Formats: sequence, C-alpha cells, structure tokens
Amino acid sequence: MPQALEGSQAIAQAVALCRPEVVAAYPITPQTHIVENIAKLVADGKLNCEMVSVESEFSAASVVLGAVAAGSRAYTASASQGILLMAEVLYNIAGLRIPAVMTCANRAVAAPLSIWNDQQDSMAVRDAGWIQLYCADNQEAVDTTIQAFRIAERCELPVMVCMDGFTLTHTLEPLEVPSQEQVDGFLPPFSFARTLDPRSPISVGTLVDPNYYSEARHSHHHALLRAQEEIIAAADDWGQLSGRHYGGLLQVDGPEDARLGILTLGSVLGTLADAREEYPEAPAAKLIKLRSFRPFPVEALQQACAGLSDLIVLERALSPGGGGIVGAEVRAALSELPDAPRVHNFAVGLGGRDVPLDIYPRLLAAAQSSGPTRFAIFDAELDRLPEGDR
Amino acid sequence: MIEVRIHGRGGQGNVVAAYLLATTAIGEGEYAQAFPSFGAERRGAPVTAFVRVAPEPFRRRCQVLHPAFLIIQDEALLQVPGVTDGLLPGGGILVNSKRGDDELSAMLGRDTAALPASALAAEFLGRPVPNTALLAAFLTLTQMLPVASLTKALGHRFKGELLERNARLIEQVAQRVSPGLWKEQADAASA
Amino acid sequence: MSTVSETTIPIAELRRSQLRFRGLEAGHRACQGCGQALAARLVTEAAGPDVMIANATGCLEIFTTPWPQSAWRLPWMHSLFENTGALASGMEAALKAQGKSTKVLAFGGDGGTFDIGFQALSGMLERGHNVLYVCYDNEAYMNTGIQRSSSTPHAAVTTTSPSGKARMGKRHLKKDIISIIAAHHIPYAATASAAYPSDIRKKVRRALAIEGPTFLLIHSPCPLGWGHDGSQTVEVARLAVQCGLFPLIELERGELTSVMPLRSARPVKDYLKPQQRFRHLFQDDTRAAQELEHLQALADHNIEVYGLRGTNADPLDSDGADTVRRGGMRWA
Repeated sequence: MPQALEGSQAIAQAVALCRPEVVAAYPITPQTHIVENIAKLVADGKLNCEMVSVESEFSAASVVLGAVAAGSRAYTASASQGILLMAEVLYNIAGLRIPAVMTCANRAVAAPLSIWNDQQDSMAVRDAGWIQLYCADNQEAVDTTIQAFRIAERCELPVMVCMDGFTLTHTLEPLEVPSQEQVDGFLPPFSFARTLDPRSPISVGTLVDPNYYSEARHSHHHALLRAQEEIIAAADDWGQLSGRHYGGLLQVDGPEDARLGILTLGSVLGTLADAREEYPEAPAAKLIKLRSFRPFPVEALQQACAGLSDLIVLERALSPGGGGIVGAEVRAALSELPDAPRVHNFAVGLGGRDVPLDIYPRLLAAAQSSGPTRFAIFDAELDRLPEGDR
Repeated sequence: MIEVRIHGRGGQGNVVAAYLLATTAIGEGEYAQAFPSFGAERRGAPVTAFVRVAPEPFRRRCQVLHPAFLIIQDEALLQVPGVTDGLLPGGGILVNSKRGDDELSAMLGRDTAALPASALAAEFLGRPVPNTALLAAFLTLTQMLPVASLTKALGHRFKGELLERNARLIEQVAQRVSPGLWKEQADAASA
Repeated sequence: MSTVSETTIPIAELRRSQLRFRGLEAGHRACQGCGQALAARLVTEAAGPDVMIANATGCLEIFTTPWPQSAWRLPWMHSLFENTGALASGMEAALKAQGKSTKVLAFGGDGGTFDIGFQALSGMLERGHNVLYVCYDNEAYMNTGIQRSSSTPHAAVTTTSPSGKARMGKRHLKKDIISIIAAHHIPYAATASAAYPSDIRKKVRRALAIEGPTFLLIHSPCPLGWGHDGSQTVEVARLAVQCGLFPLIELERGELTSVMPLRSARPVKDYLKPQQRFRHLFQDDTRAAQELEHLQALADHNIEVYGLRGTNADPLDSDGADTVRRGGMRWA
C-alpha cells in the first residue's frame, strides 16, 4: 500500500533503510527537508547514526570522506551553491575512490540568485569523477538511493543521486517505501577494503608525481566506465526484489518505429510522457531518459537512437559560451553512427521556469520546421530583453 | 483529473493544505500529487500550492495552469492580479471570508463559496489556521472524497485532543456548506 | 690503533634498540633541521599506535608520502588543505558509531589552521569531536615557497611580505590563534615548541587522556623559510620561548591554567638575529630600530599577560626543562 509522502521525506526513509553510520549535512534549499527528516528519524531513535550538523557544505563532504575512510557508510545531501562549495571535496572523494552517496536536490546556481530547480549544480561537477544518476520521479529517487549505496560500495566510487529540487523534493505523491528486509537483502553491511585501521596502517591521499598520475587517472576513468555494469545489475536486482525498474543506464519509451526522439534527464520526462497522450495530433516521439550521465553510456545511447531521424536533447543547464552540455556529449556519441539523427539541443526550465505540457508539440514543431538547432534556451522570452542582448 | 490551486500566505498552512488534500485522496486509493510553488518562504508572503487528483497514475510535473477549483485562504489575495487566472469554465472558488456567497460571486463573476474558516478555526482549534476548515468545505461541496477521509488523513498528523478538535471542526463545516453543490464540476473534471 | 672498546654500543645503535613506538619513520624527505618533522615524530611517539591521522596539505604531507612510499606507521589520510578539521570530525564520528576507542589526530600547518582551514577547525571544536588537533606553526606558507600567513610574525620577511624602501616585512601582527581556540572553551588547549620534547610529550598525553576536542600549537622552525642553519632549529625555537615571543601555556575550558616560566627573559634580538627573515631589522635604520622595539614590546606584553616571569630556578622552566631533556628525566 503506497503512502502519501513528500519526496524529501521518502528519501530520508530510504537513506535510513540503508543504515548509514554517519550523516553530515549543511542546510540549503531545496535539500533541507531531506536532512530535517533524517535528523527527526535520529531524534526519534528510528535511525542509529552519528548526525553531524556541520558549518558548511565543504565540511559536510569532508566529514563524509573521513567517515567512509574510517570504515562507516556515510551520506550527505546538498544543492546549488552547496554543491559548488563542496566541489573541491567532491573531486577528492572521487579521486580517493571513496564509496560515499549523496543526494543533489538540483537547483540553479547564482548569479542571478535562484532557489529554484534546474541542473546547473550537478552539471558543474560532472567532471569530479562521481557516478551521477538522474531520477525522473520520487519513487525512482527512493529506489535509486538504495541502489546507489550498492553501486558505490561495489565499484569503490561515489554516487550522486540527482533529483529535481522542489519539483521532486517538495512534491507529495503516493510512494512505496521498501521494507527493511528488502533493503537488507539487497545491500550487504558496509565493507571497504581500504579502511583506516591501526592494526594495519595505510596511507591514503599521498602525493603522486608525473610518473604515476596518468595511470591513476586512467584507472579512475575506467572504473567509471566499468561501473555501467554495476548500475545495470543494481537496477535489475532491485527490480526483481521490488518490482520496480527504471532502466539501468537509460530508458526508452515510445513507438519502436518513431523517427523523432526526445532525450532528457530528470523530472521533465513525466511531463513529456503525459503530453504525448494529451497531444495525439503531434507525432509520438520516443522518450529517452538518460539515467546515468556519469558514466556516460555511449553504446546504450547509440542503440537507443538508432533509426531516429531527429533527436531533441532537452536539458536543464548550459555551458555559457559553449552551449548544451548533454547535447554536446550526445552529438559526440552519435557521430559514430552511420545514419546519425539530427540533434536539436535545447535548454528548458532554467531557474525553476515551469515546463508546461504544451512544450511537447512546440518542441516537435521546432525540430521539424527547421534545420538542427545547435543550442538555444527554448523557453526564453527574448522580447523581455534589451535589443542588444537578444 | 481534478486540478486545484490553493492560494494563501506563508504561515497559513498552505502547503500543508495541499499535502492534506492529496494525502486524503491517496488514502482513498486515488492517485494524487501536491506541491508548492514557493516565492520566498517568508511569513505573510503569498504562497501557491497545487493539487492533482485522478483515479489513475499520471506523470506530469508542471504547474496547474487551468484548475477546476481555487481555494483562497486569504480573502485579500483576491486583489492580487493573476490569482483567479486560468480557472476552468464552470470552476468554483472557495474563499476564506465572512462575506456571503452571492456577494463574492457577483464580485468575481465566478461561482464562489465563502466560509469564515479563520473564525471557525479560532473557535474550534484555538488558532486561526483556515486550512482544515476550507478542505472540509471543499470536500463537502465537491464530494470528490468522503469528508470522513479528511479526518482520517489528519490522523497521520495529529493525535489526541487536537485530532478530536479538528474532527469537530470538520463536522461543523460540513453542515455549513451545501453538500454536492460543486459535484457536477468535480465529476466533469474527473471524467 | 683504536682505544674504543669493541663492546661499546654506538649511540645510534642504542637509539635503535630502544623500545620506542615510531609513528613517523626516518627516511622521509623533509629538509635538514625541519622543525615540523621533529615535532610530528615527537607527537606520534607520544600518541602511540592506537590513533589515526587526518593531515592537511602542506610540507608534512608532501615530504612523508611521495607515492608509492610513505613514512607513516599509522593509519594516515590526507584530503585537502582546508578541510582537516572536518575530515577528522568524520573519522571520529565513524569510530564513535563503530564503538572504537582509536583516537583521531589532526595535523595542519599554520596556513591550514590559522587561515584556510580555520572554519573547519572551529566547527570541529564547537561540535565537540574527540580529536587532538595539532598545528605545526612555522609561521608562513613554506610548502609553496615562504609566503606570509596570518601566523607570520610582525616585521618578518616572506616572499609576499618583503622588505624594501616602503615596507619592513609583514605589516600585521601574528594572529593570536590560541586565544581564538580558547574562546571555544574546549577542554584543553596548549602551546608547545619543537625545542622542548618532553613538554610536547606531556601535552600530547594530557590531551589524549581527555574526551573531547583538544588543540596543540607547536612552534616549529623552518630553516629554509626562517633563514637559519638547519643545525640551529632547536636553538632558535628555544630562543623564541625564552624571549617571550612564543609563550608555552596551557588552557582548560578557555582559562589559563599553567605556563612554562622564563628563568630570565632573553632579549628578542637574540632570537631574531640568527634568522634571515629578520635581517632587515639589524640595519642602521630608524624604522628597523622601531620595529625591534615593537617586537620587544610584544614579547614584554606576553610576559605580562601570561605571567611568564619565573620567581625561582624551577627545574621545569624555560632553561630547566631543556636541561632536563638533556639530563636525567628523559622519560618525563
């Protein structure tokens, strides 16, 4: 029987089911409800863990790093400016191959200041060396959080579970919270080979000179590429246990013979899926949910896009002066295909702008009416800008 | 799918009202979704929240642009531009007000029901938080869910005397508005 | 023809045969006469094997762990420059959750402690983590090539506080970190010096016996950065204490509880003179004379404020403690 839960509340419960020994966090909208709910579980005696309320996100990530290195399962959550303040530690956690898990309650990055949702924050740390999984709805975020711990610990890589701030974190909907038995059956007790231990002392985080650095980077890169198998395995195994499956690396939904596709990350997917039914006169597009952005699933993406004439890449961030971030990577991946679809790259819903149902026919019309768009912010209303800025 | 937009001010339990309505629906086996559209989260600032209820699951995450019903927790917000925008034809507006239904309907040019929710809450709960009373009125008017299910949903949030007081408030409100007055609109939206 | 008996054991051999725990092995890549290497060895010896270390970026991290080598015989971790307080907090939280009694040591230089890592340290102290934070204070960013930090003493020359026509070295005062630490009202905070090994041992053991956050600031000369001969490290450090510029004190819950008395305070000139970083103060220049007076006044101020003037020949005062180290009470 599903319960009526706010996304954040459900994430807190999912984290608790994974039995972390250390949780460290610093408050930032829209992540706050997650840690508040975890703090309440601790206060009520329902979760036995060290809750470290730190003085910055920088320290939150550092506490998690120290805790995992000392042999405990540890978790944090943040968003936006918090992710950027953490950035240096995020690289460090990944480079040291520390299996930590965090939630990114995706939010825009200032300036201009915006507390609302887009995905600029997690995109800004895409090169940190973390696994990044993007969730389309709260049930997926709950289930992915549980999967994340297993993926992290099997791969010795940190995992960032990205869920859209407010749009998911602050939405109440019917959710299945797994049982403790289910989670225990899926996620073994924490174990980490490189734990700091006085009985067999090791040195972690040493200086690496040019003789060894490239090899360390190669090994990290390939560990991420190999992690694709664990991401798929975690999705499959959890799917068997729970009956819920969201695709491993990506999920394709729509008519087999569709010539048009829309690829997106996160919660916009649901709106597009509903819109496809609301606008039967518009062509039915294949919807591709990119679940794993890091590792970037080149082969799976090529398979998913085979046969498409046009692919719209819809993203919630950009690299100013460059263009779309996901779009550029998708183009690069598809360029290896003999009949690569034309790629139209748009950003939508930046800084919390609502993405309405009618975005679907408008996008498809834009893709069909002209040549490929290299990149544009689709829903920017240019007439609001001074002429020179348009 | 019935879509509802709730307007209130920070501190009036606006988001709670939306969550409560969705929780009530989920408790009755419906699929529902509730979410806020925060401005800045300050006491007194206008806050909007959205609720969708449908018999089958849906996936959209966009804001409710064309609600079948509006719930206005603070009468003064009726003066704010855009508050009644997008209300579907035949849709109803429920307002926390001491004025009469007819007066408000004439003023807004839409089918409007009034309930002195703050006063009732002050009387029954000791605090002028209008959300429970308005939801009780809303369910009575639309009959989209049994009013008793609201009391059940409140049981997740409150216990003991406070729950009993809420239950008495809900009963009282149910007797003050016309049961099923907006049932037709609700059924039409749901269909 | 040798007069040395074949049964004589060389001093070095004797030292090797002594049963002593070594946390930091010899053979690392520190400069000759590195005060930090000396102090870190003393701290880890006193702490014993049941500890783990969070180490800030800095010389200590660099010279002990050039991959694939490590000089540490203790579980040791370096993460970043400015997060050591938080890294140690995380280790401690984990050990607490696991019900283990292993003590966490955090090591940082003055840059990582006074400046960039101060926030994380303050947070660690405020939250009451059971960690001994040791700051090896060599009074500048030595690892990057001697740039001024907020710990650099007034008038000292660094590459970013040079002397010249318009400047006499660093224009600002050395940050009074121990008072700031004391204001956290932690159970125990102390200063120590690389010149007083038995005092370091005593303070480390004392700190480790306490449940809760403790802090130790160890004055650690850097021959390269201070501009003195590597063989003079201990002497220079001792003079800093003896002149009053670096008082050795202990604070409990923010209150001063003990000081190492000065038998007879040496003039600050004696301390400054052997160091190149103060050389510009010994030229014929009114400003130089003024700065020397200023530094003497700072030392006099310390002597007053902390009541450093000894009343008798205390065997553990600034002259005696050192003698003791070289003499009988070697296990003190």
